[in-house]
Amino acid sequence: MPCVTSQQTGAPLVELTGVNKWFGDLHVLQDIDLSIDRGEVVVVIGPSGSGKSTLCRAINRLESIQQGEIRIDGQKLPEEGKALAKLRSDVGMVFQSFNLFAHKTILQNVTLAPTRVRRQSKADAERRARELLDRVGVGHQADKYPAQLSGGQQQRVAIARALAMDPKVILFDEPTSALDPEMINEVLDVMTSLAREGMTMVVVTHEMGFARRAANRVVFMDGGRIVESADPQTFFTNPRSERARDFLSKILEH
Amino acid sequence: MGFLTDNADLLWSAFLTTLSLAVTSGVCALVLGTVLAGMRVSPVPPLRGLATFYVEVFRNTPLTVVFFFLVFGIVQIDLSFPSRFIAAVAALSLYTAAFVCEALRSGINAVPPGQAEAARALGLDFGQSLRTIVLPQAFRTVVPPLGNVWIALAKNTSIAAGFAVTDLTAALQRLSNANADQLLLVFAAIVAGYLVITLPSAWAIRVIEKRVAIVR
Repeated sequence: MPCVTSQQTGAPLVELTGVNKWFGDLHVLQDIDLSIDRGEVVVVIGPSGSGKSTLCRAINRLESIQQGEIRIDGQKLPEEGKALAKLRSDVGMVFQSFNLFAHKTILQNVTLAPTRVRRQSKADAERRARELLDRVGVGHQADKYPAQLSGGQQQRVAIARALAMDPKVILFDEPTSALDPEMINEVLDVMTSLAREGMTMVVVTHEMGFARRAANRVVFMDGGRIVESADPQTFFTNPRSERARDFLSKILEH
Repeated sequence: MGFLTDNADLLWSAFLTTLSLAVTSGVCALVLGTVLAGMRVSPVPPLRGLATFYVEVFRNTPLTVVFFFLVFGIVQIDLSFPSRFIAAVAALSLYTAAFVCEALRSGINAVPPGQAEAARALGLDFGQSLRTIVLPQAFRTVVPPLGNVWIALAKNTSIAAGFAVTDLTAALQRLSNANADQLLLVFAAIVAGYLVITLPSAWAIRVIEKRVAIVR
């Protein structure tokens, strides 16, 4: 179980209230209320098309919402512009398709935002980047380009890139879905250790093992709604809703 | 060959005029075209509209008409350029910028959207993500089409000959009028002048393309 951090206060770090979003006629997020405390690891699961990725992307406004309110550390998500950029710099994001900058080396991928956004010196940023790359086990690849690394290595670099900004929370949008099976664990191991160290995390995933091992809470979504929200033990052994039971029976019987 | 050495000064200065027209306009068009491309992909609708209007106006107007307007048309509103050379640079730059913009925009569209998303997610604003992530990758994919634009520009400089700029084509007119018996030689010299600019460009474009290629 993740330890409770010293920063833990009463107010939630991420708070969604009455969030609604439509893609045309499709109501992808329906009356979402969700609050995430500091140090909490929330795993979002659900069938494809249930809105879980959209939910994750709405938290740093990569997707805009039409109704409702999202607050991060007490601050309402601003409109596009400098204020939003500033807020995003405190919210890490790890994508399904890694999205490492193809024309930059691994080291440059990690130092880019700290130098450009945080105005850190190149030397400071590089020292920290090398520490982080060592920590995720790709320190010796620092001078290569993303395409020269395996998928699992690229995703670990993407995690290091997010960590370099010392984010308050990291969003993981299906971080292992594009990986070959033998590379999934190397990424999940890094994520599990982050969770243990008290990082606040929102993880959209199909990895039930990770959810059991590292989550404080499992949020089950279906049809754009949060159907169930419970601790992993309760959720996996005794789901309340019929839909969650159905979903679990389909994915756990293999 | 005596004929060519007799006119070496004219040919050399005409060649330099053509070259400087092409290079100066090329640099201006690259800068202006990049700004326009940035506007066309920006999240601000008026900027997008303005840039689209610009591109449609200049891409669909014959270059000669642009020259006419800048040399004679603007006199009507009490404006004029300090020299015909500068007017020619302006016409070529404004016209070519529309094509640079569209070439670049195709490159921007070819950059996977995840690249800009990752940049924004890290806290880079639109300008930073365009400058440091999207455009550097876009430029790499548009080296061949930008090469086309450059070679077309180098040849389009010949329109300036019609507007009292003594470039290679103007030299061709002048020398062929005065030396009808040497017509083939005059043609060969002028064509060689253009080839000296365009052929090494084609070669340089291939080299640049190889050097800046990114592996995905």
